[in-house]
Parts: sequence; C-alpha cells; structure tokens
Amino acid sequence: MKTMIGTVAYHREIVPGIFDMGIDCGEAANAAQAGQFVNILCEGGDALLRRPISVCDAEGNLLRIVYEVKGKGTTLLSKYQVGQSVNFLGPLGHGFDTASAGEKPLVIGGGIGTYPLLLLTKKLNNANVFLGFRDKNRLTLLDEFERIANTKAATDDGSFGYHGLVTDLVKTHLEQHGGSMIYACGPKPMLKAVQALAAQYGVPSRLSMEERMGCGIGACLVCACKTKAADGQVHQSHVCCDGPVFDGKTIVFD
Amino acid sequence: MADYRVKIAGVEFENPIIAASGSYGFGREYGQFYSLDEIGGVSVKGLTLKPREGNDAPRIAETPMGILNSVGLQNPGVDYFLAQELPFLKQFKTKVIANIAGNTIEEYCRMAEKISDSAVDMIEMNISCPNVKEGGVAFGVCPATVEEITRAVRQYAKKPLIVKLSPNVTDITETARAAEAGGADAVSLINTLTGMAIDIHTRRPILHNNIGGLSGPAVKPVAVRMVWQVRQAVNIPIIGMGGISSGEDAVEFLLAGANAVAVGTHHFVDPMAAVRVMEGIKNYMNAYHIERVCDLTGAVQPY
Repeated sequence: MKTMIGTVAYHREIVPGIFDMGIDCGEAANAAQAGQFVNILCEGGDALLRRPISVCDAEGNLLRIVYEVKGKGTTLLSKYQVGQSVNFLGPLGHGFDTASAGEKPLVIGGGIGTYPLLLLTKKLNNANVFLGFRDKNRLTLLDEFERIANTKAATDDGSFGYHGLVTDLVKTHLEQHGGSMIYACGPKPMLKAVQALAAQYGVPSRLSMEERMGCGIGACLVCACKTKAADGQVHQSHVCCDGPVFDGKTIVFD
Repeated sequence: MADYRVKIAGVEFENPIIAASGSYGFGREYGQFYSLDEIGGVSVKGLTLKPREGNDAPRIAETPMGILNSVGLQNPGVDYFLAQELPFLKQFKTKVIANIAGNTIEEYCRMAEKISDSAVDMIEMNISCPNVKEGGVAFGVCPATVEEITRAVRQYAKKPLIVKLSPNVTDITETARAAEAGGADAVSLINTLTGMAIDIHTRRPILHNNIGGLSGPAVKPVAVRMVWQVRQAVNIPIIGMGGISSGEDAVEFLLAGANAVAVGTHHFVDPMAAVRVMEGIKNYMNAYHIERVCDLTGAVQPY
C-alpha cells in the first residue's frame, strides 16, 4: 500500500456547501468498490488528521467525491483548485457486495449518505432507489440517480417529493413488492429504521456506517462500531477496516 | 558510514525510531507500507490479561495541532498476542516491546511472567493510561506506587523493563526516580496529557468517555521539557516521545536526553511517518557530520 497523489480534474459547488470533486488518480480509480472511502490529507491549514470521504463514483482514471463542508478539513478541501495535488489513502475499507443483490435490490440513502450510493446503483442496474433530503435546496445527484434507476425522493419538509421519512417510502415498497437486498447509507436514526424494516420483511441488508476516524487502516482503533457476532457476543468492530459497510443484522445501535 | 544503532538496557536497536504503543496496532497495517526492518522497534498496542473491548465511540477528537483519544485499551489479550501476533513481528529485525496494562499489581506480574517466556525483546509497563477506570493512570501518578509496582513486576520480568511515565503529575522527575529505584531498566515518556473537548452545539463532550489523552504536535514542548528534566534525574535510558513528526523533532528529543524516540500520532497523518523521521535524523547527522546517533543523546547545551 502507498500514499496516493491525485490531481483535481474538476471541482464545483453543486448546492451551497456541497462540493463535487473529480480526482485524476490513474488505476486507483479502477480499483474502487462502491461504498469504499478515501482518507484525504486536507492541506493548506491546521487540520491534522486525514478526512475520510466516501467514493461517489469511479470512471476511467477519475475518482469522484461529493462532500459537505462541515469543519476545518472540508473547508480546506473546498479551496482546492483544478490541477492541485490531492494526497490520499485508498480506496479503503469494505464496500457494498453487489454479488448478493438478487433480483430486487433496494438502495436507500439519507442526506450526505446518498453520495456513495451512486456507484453502487450503477453497478446494480436493477435497483429501486429511495433518497431522503432535508428540503428541496439540499437535493443532490437526484437527476443522476434518475437516469440509471427507478428513483423516489422524500424531503423532511415536503418541499420536494414525498413529505416525510424516506423509510416510509421503503416500507410501502417492501409491502407491495418485497425485496432481495437492502443497501443503505445515511444518518444513524435512518439506518436503525432500515435495520428494523429489513428484519420485519425478512430482507438481508448492508448498512454503511460512519464514525470519527483516525488512521483509516485499522491501526488506531478509534472508529469503533458495536456489532453482534453469531454467538450473540457484542464486540467493538472498526468502521475503517471491518466496514464501513456491515451486514445490517450485526449492527448494534444504542 | 554513520552508525544509527542504539542500545537500551542491553537490547540493540538498528536505529532509534520506535513505533509508539497504541498508534501502530501490532505492526501489520503500517507493515503494508514499508518493511518493519526499517524501524528500530515496535511498542505494540497496550495488552491486558484478558481481551478488552474498550470504550464506546466517539473515541477521537481533533484539537489544535493534536488529537484526544479514549480507546480504552481495546486489545485481544496477552495470550492472543503471543500466539497470533508476535510471530508476524518476529519476522523482522525490529525489536518488539510488549506494552502491558493491568487493573492490579498481580495482573502486571502475571503478564510479565507470560511474556518472559516469549520472543518479546522488552516489556513496557503502561502505568499511565488515562482512558480506563481502574489501574492505568492511578498507578502512575504517585511515586511510592510507581516504585512498588515496578519492584513487583521486576521480579517476574525476565526481559528488560521499561516504565512508561505519565505527564499528568506535578513533578515527573519524582516518578522517574521511583521507577529507577524500583528496578526499571529504562523509562519512556510521555504518555498522553489528559484533556477534554466539548461540542458547543450539542453541549456534550466529543468523546464518549468525556475525557481522553492528548497527543500530537501540541504536546511536543511539554514532552521535550520532561525528557530534559528526567535526563538529569535518572541514569537509566530514556525513550522520548510526544508529537514527533519530523527528523528535526526527533533530534530535539535526543538532544534533550532521549536514547531513542517514538513516533505515534503522526502515523495517522503520514503512514510513512516513522521512516521519514529516520530519514530526517540521517540528514541532520549528515549536515553536522555526526558519526553516531548516540552521540546526540543529552547533547543540548543549556543556559
């Protein structure tokens, strides 16, 4: 393994505070699986740790990330210009296993958790996609999902699509059509609801988890996530190396 | 050809760079980036007698030029380490330091006994972990207790014994002297400084454990000062650490009195950190025509 140096191919703010960056990085892009992440050194300031950011898409030599500006690291990243070098590790972690998708996979995303689902949806080609956003001003990548899959959207305030939780749409869909696999990424309450729906309808699930991270490769052990083993024992697994995508039934939510 | 070897309590290290406990797992992850032959030693993730799951997340918070962590000694236990992880590390020239943490003096002794029958090169006693409820830091802040526990473990340890000192004390030379009096073969310092960070929007601490240990460049001046003070207080070798991220940083510790240095937090920034720090030391030695790295130890000329 080695530290990768890519080049910013394009970089634009797609909605206020949310950026879309293409990183030209040669074969590293080809190796990316849906659901993996890159650990980026955000240079030009005093952000010490790397920032883990999920891979949104990968095509040719281009690795695409979409991220929301939240703190010191992402603020520095948002200043990157086309042609500038990007120092990153990855792609890292275990992504979504598309081999077990079956005939009727569901893809469920909430907020910034929708970004890593684009590459997944491309790889699946038969998915029903459900995306949740706070309001119509936060809609991102929706047109791209719509081009490749049957996509439904929900907003918390009803300003676009279904008024309510994305998991309401999922419940209705499962009720009417069932499903073969559920893939989800989003805020913890959404993932917890998805886990419950998966159990209720007897559908296997793969949930992508997030936690404050350090090394990104399994050495520092800070990104703990509680999981239940086959024998019922609860362990602290690690998002960076055991995940970020886990078998949904193993996740223990607080 | 310059000589980078250092000797600590009779153990010869190829160079003075050691991976600090807790930042480096059991060497496998960073071993994907370079051969572990490149670094003098590896102090492994803190071991306990039984496996430990550690604290709930979040376990890390970034602070100005540093990080707070509260992993809480998650580890698979000393027996698993000896059976499953040690053979991997022993493929390399790097010296293996088993870092141990216990809830009671008896636990430290049991672990020292188990490790003494293995291929581990040295034992590092962590009596200064700030992230566990019992033991840990409690043993490390009182000189009398430091001496007592060191003396007890000394009897069971057939390997050179390093005592890792806590910076969360009024006078670190007292605990350093206590470790030496108890029979320690070396001291390592500093462990993390206890700290806290609060999310003002949720009004909750960022760490689930509320408090954690501060490391990274922010602690470096404190660590250099403590190494310098301890150098004047004891005669045993010192492994210096705290915020080292370059060869220049490492040289500061050597000049202050360290015989070897450890790199921790900087691994997370640059996976090649340990190798780059060594390159920096070589460049410094080259620029100043220094033949032996050990000649730098304690060579600061204070006012």
